[in-house]
Amino acid sequence: MEATKKEHELIVSVSPHVKSEETTSRIMWTVSLSLLPALLSGLYFFGLKALFITALCIISSAVSEQLFMKIVGKKSPVGDGSAFLTGLLLGMNMPASLWSFSPFTAHVPVIASFVAVVITKQLFGGLGFNVFNPALIGRAFALISWPKAMTIWMEPTASFLAMDAKTTATPLGVLKEAGMAELIKVFGDKMNLYQHLLTGNRAGSIGETSAIALLIGGLFLLYKRYITWHIPASFLGTAAIIAWVFGAKGSFFAGDPIIHLLSGGMMLGAFFMATDYVTSPSMRNGQILFGAGCGALTMLIRLKGGFPEGVMFAILIMNCFAPLIDRGFKSKVFGAVKPKAKEAK
Amino acid sequence: MSSSSNTNLKELVLNGIVKENTIFKLALSLCPSIAVTNSLKNGIYMGLAVLFVQVMVNLTISLMRNIIHPKVRLPIFMLVISGWVTVTQLLMAAFVPDVYAKVGLYIALIVAFASILARAEMFASKNSFLPSMADGLGMGIGFLFALTTISFFRELLGKGSLTVPTGLATQHVFTFINTKPLLIMVLPAGGFLAVGILMALFNWINARYAAKAASH
Repeated sequence: MEATKKEHELIVSVSPHVKSEETTSRIMWTVSLSLLPALLSGLYFFGLKALFITALCIISSAVSEQLFMKIVGKKSPVGDGSAFLTGLLLGMNMPASLWSFSPFTAHVPVIASFVAVVITKQLFGGLGFNVFNPALIGRAFALISWPKAMTIWMEPTASFLAMDAKTTATPLGVLKEAGMAELIKVFGDKMNLYQHLLTGNRAGSIGETSAIALLIGGLFLLYKRYITWHIPASFLGTAAIIAWVFGAKGSFFAGDPIIHLLSGGMMLGAFFMATDYVTSPSMRNGQILFGAGCGALTMLIRLKGGFPEGVMFAILIMNCFAPLIDRGFKSKVFGAVKPKAKEAK
Repeated sequence: MSSSSNTNLKELVLNGIVKENTIFKLALSLCPSIAVTNSLKNGIYMGLAVLFVQVMVNLTISLMRNIIHPKVRLPIFMLVISGWVTVTQLLMAAFVPDVYAKVGLYIALIVAFASILARAEMFASKNSFLPSMADGLGMGIGFLFALTTISFFRELLGKGSLTVPTGLATQHVFTFINTKPLLIMVLPAGGFLAVGILMALFNWINARYAAKAASH
């Protein structure tokens, strides 16, 4: 027995023979790392409150996952970093003003994290089986349940420790309520507005304000090939075209696409939310359709809907269509011959 | 009447409440369980209306079962059901007009409830009137139980209060929290969430009981 084993030292196994170093947890931690610039800029502009909210989301996501795993008696997957990433994204999608005790709103991130991790992800079968992006469902749940608390926006402040900052409207809120002229007036002139939108010195959710920091993270992910250009490019491209054509009131082809691209959650959504592996199509041409759908729905909500911002709902609606898109764009089988049509007749 | 037929009737009633609960087990008639359950009072009245229709339809069909020609049984069932639904509608419009204004549309929809037609076809048309009434009672109580639980949690979480009917035209609103703690629960999306989570809980408790009974 021993001798025959020695004779056949060649290992025979089924493919794949070349294995990648990538693991789920490595991808999760790298994506978390790429969110760091945006998080830091959020902490810089919104101070200690932003840090508390983000930390609260991360901790409650991890704890919810642990608790659920314990109740159903499964092995805990907390080490794979997916709960951490969900918590981080959720925290970055919330206004820093939630860290407030009168009125008490600090429970909002905790319940939203629970909904994101347990109801959206684990009840559907865990990581890889969720239909919707967990962090976005968490945020949508919070926005619908506590519409007032979720739309109190702090004025960006350079003072890190400030606990009672003034509140103000987001650029998109001003655009919806008062129009473009008023928005430009608030920021002085147009160049000043662009500059504020680029650096992130404006009201909004913790991690969505700084377009530059988000671009750095997004380009890092593109460079590492964790995401491809298809979804972000078609998302931003479609939104830009629609903003340009229909953005201005009263006349076509006079809108300002730059304001729409840089404001709201557009950058965060296009690079980090819509590109989620589980909830987006896997074929390249399907991804382009998916991104275009996200962009079009976002602009539809922004220009015609009741909410000033539509990235979250747009991505969630397109999440429903991801499996359908995948069916529509099946990959070609290598070497397959196209069956002759109408042969039977 | 022997004691064995008594336990049989009891089992028939329990069957509709636990084993074949319309909403939690069979997942039938989910439309009203989401549409009218945003207040406890509406949920209770809707459940009572269904309970009444279910019992009366089962009773009528079982009494008529020998004279209904099998080929036209479904139209006859529908006629009987819509007759009793109309009776319910008129009674509610007369005695609880404020509830009727809110859930009236769904009362009319009881005609199309799968659960009522299913019990008429599968049970009442094959059994005598006493078991049929027991079956209708069980099914109706199961439905009432489900609607009461769902609307209890939805109103409590969504509005922070509970509207309890204390008489035909009177009600008392218990307010626990002055703000709206979880607004989504009284919106349609929350209805789906509540039904799904309670359904899971109900089945989980049932499974635990079954496991305990099996181990003994």
